[in-house]
Amino acid sequence: MHAPPSILPLAVHDLTFVAGGKTIIDRVSFDLRHGQRTVILGPNGAGKSVLLRLCHGLLTPSGGSIVWGGGQPHPERRQAMVFQRPVMLRRSALANITYALKLAGVPRAERDMRARAALAKVGLDRVADSPARVLSGGEQQRLALARAWALSPEVLFLDEPTANLDPGATRMIEEAIAVIHANGTKIVMTTHDLGQARRIADEVIFLHRGRVLEHTPAAHFFDQPATPEAAAFIRGDLIW
Amino acid sequence: MRRHRLLTIIGALTIAILAAAPALAQDKFITVASTTSTEQSGLFGHILPLFKAKTGIEVRVIAQGTGQALDTGRRGDADVVFVHDRAAEEKFVAEGFGVERREVMYNDFVLVGPKSDPAKIAGTKDIAAALKKIAEAKAPFASRGDKSGTHAAELRLWKIAGVDPDSGKGTWYRETGSGMGPTLNTAAAMDAYALTDRGTWISFKNRRNLAIVVEGDHRLFNQYGVMLVNPAKHPHVKKDLGMAFIEWVTSPEGQKAIADYKIEGEQLFFPNYRKDGAS
Amino acid sequence: MSDITAALATALGLIARLDARLVEIVALSLQVSLTAVAVAAGLGLPLGAAVALGRFPGRRVLIVVLNSLMGLPPVVVGLVVYLLLSRAGPLGPLGLLFTPSAMVIAQATLITPIIAALTRQVIEDAWREYEEQLRSLGVTPRRAILTLLWDTRFSLVTAVLAGFGRASAEVGAVMIVGGNIDGVTRVMTTAIALETSKGDLPLALGLGLILITLVMGVNTAAYVIKEAAQRKFG
Repeated sequence: MHAPPSILPLAVHDLTFVAGGKTIIDRVSFDLRHGQRTVILGPNGAGKSVLLRLCHGLLTPSGGSIVWGGGQPHPERRQAMVFQRPVMLRRSALANITYALKLAGVPRAERDMRARAALAKVGLDRVADSPARVLSGGEQQRLALARAWALSPEVLFLDEPTANLDPGATRMIEEAIAVIHANGTKIVMTTHDLGQARRIADEVIFLHRGRVLEHTPAAHFFDQPATPEAAAFIRGDLIW
Repeated sequence: MRRHRLLTIIGALTIAILAAAPALAQDKFITVASTTSTEQSGLFGHILPLFKAKTGIEVRVIAQGTGQALDTGRRGDADVVFVHDRAAEEKFVAEGFGVERREVMYNDFVLVGPKSDPAKIAGTKDIAAALKKIAEAKAPFASRGDKSGTHAAELRLWKIAGVDPDSGKGTWYRETGSGMGPTLNTAAAMDAYALTDRGTWISFKNRRNLAIVVEGDHRLFNQYGVMLVNPAKHPHVKKDLGMAFIEWVTSPEGQKAIADYKIEGEQLFFPNYRKDGAS
Repeated sequence: MSDITAALATALGLIARLDARLVEIVALSLQVSLTAVAVAAGLGLPLGAAVALGRFPGRRVLIVVLNSLMGLPPVVVGLVVYLLLSRAGPLGPLGLLFTPSAMVIAQATLITPIIAALTRQVIEDAWREYEEQLRSLGVTPRRAILTLLWDTRFSLVTAVLAGFGRASAEVGAVMIVGGNIDGVTRVMTTAIALETSKGDLPLALGLGLILITLVMGVNTAAYVIKEAAQRKFG
């Protein structure tokens, strides 16, 4: 058994997305490499979620290109995504994960073990057999993370995963993200929460009105923002 | 693989449908298309168990108007037709849809109407005169209007009376377009006259103000005939079982069974089979 | 008023002495309608889900047609099935006319559009919630249909019950294709029609009360189970 070639780097070139006559993503270009946690930062409505969905293949670009690993076939099979609002199937927590594993083509014999391992990693092994939909919001988001994790993706997209959570639950999610990163999964996450961006980001893509204004290492971004919009955003001013 | 599973589903559904027919083709049975008068008067309920006890043949009766019953036979959906409209029956046989037609029994029609009797005809013996008076008085009359044997008889009587009931449509002449019972329900509800076979009338329970106003005229006699659906036209017709039924209802035993059927002491049907075919 | 009290007394009397013919008619009614519901669900659930998820030309037209067919007149269905199953019709050699199978076919035809149309609505709403997540997991259309059907099972119970209600209340179609043969194809509704035409209104209404009670019983049971399951699974 040998590891398949990596789907990274991700090369995004002149990416444009238009919906209802409105340009939501406007000629965006950037490269994402293995190893760094990328945080897409920006005010609400900047187009962060749309950009993430374009990269993950849930939306079809109106223009431009998205190339994974120099043209790897089926890159979507090696990615996973966690949404702002977790979508749980009406079945047990464990079954939510084995379902994802089944779709990913994992042999039946392995599914249960892998699912239980993933649940244990997010501290949900006690509720493995509970119906997923009666779990608390924080637990559901951890379950969503475990479901993505169990797939052992090379790239994990997270779209504002803690936007609806209290600080305790947020902390658990962030810790889990740190472990997933440490295990070698590329993290690409959107947030509008500056504190969270500071805690997680290795590099920042600052998005404003559908355009990438900055793409820099995190320390650099927070200390010396290059654009007045980024500076204002970091100061906490309302920008639009 | 996908196609395979689709076939499995279709197969399962088919089995489900067929499973709903218990004992299908397991028992010896024939289907008889007959009229509401014979079924609803309870005659079949009386004679069919006797027939089954003797022959082991179950008779499944579809109670329809005569016109519809003949049509059921014409389409091959029954083995035997047992109805009362001689002209239509003879046409049915002449067209080759039926064979072995025999006259089995008769009952009679009665004219019922509200006790207030707006046409002043109660006690009349002459049905033609009575109908004429109804038309003249423009008293409400409920007609089957469904091409049944009773409807055909009613139209014949109007003709004898020299009245075109169509002229009263929308005013006093009301076609219900339904069976004998529903028509009597309608007549009872709107105090109308109606022509009905005596059997249905005797067992009818929702009479309200209705009572018999004219009876006994020989022109009110109502002949029933039985015939086998032509196996040459419809090969699946159960010829032997159907003939067994026809033989039995025209046998002395069957004829006696018909005569024995009474409601509240009243005989409803009068057997009159004669071997030479005349009646 | 006296008619209604008489009907009630008749109904209670029939139930109290477990009238053998009544039991037979009730059993056949349930057998026919439940089989029809099973068949219609087997067709209508996947059909409704496929229309909900599918993106194909003519889809809007199909939805309108499906919604309109919810109001199919039973008599027309009965007539069409009759002409199909009649010996003179294309399916005549099967010899199904005037059998319970024919009644199942007629009722299933009548309620498949109901189940399909209601299912489409339920599945479409669920798909709005699930689509991104399921597509992210790499779901195939077929798998998505099965997943959504299973996940909306509690809502779909209502769709199936609507079908059952219509099937068991229907008289026009089963009268035509079943023939209301005593002991073979006589069900609650055709028995009610027969007693009405015999002018025995109390007995007809009594049978009607029993039918309503039965349908309410089935609905109550389904509702209780659904509520309990929904509380459990969220």
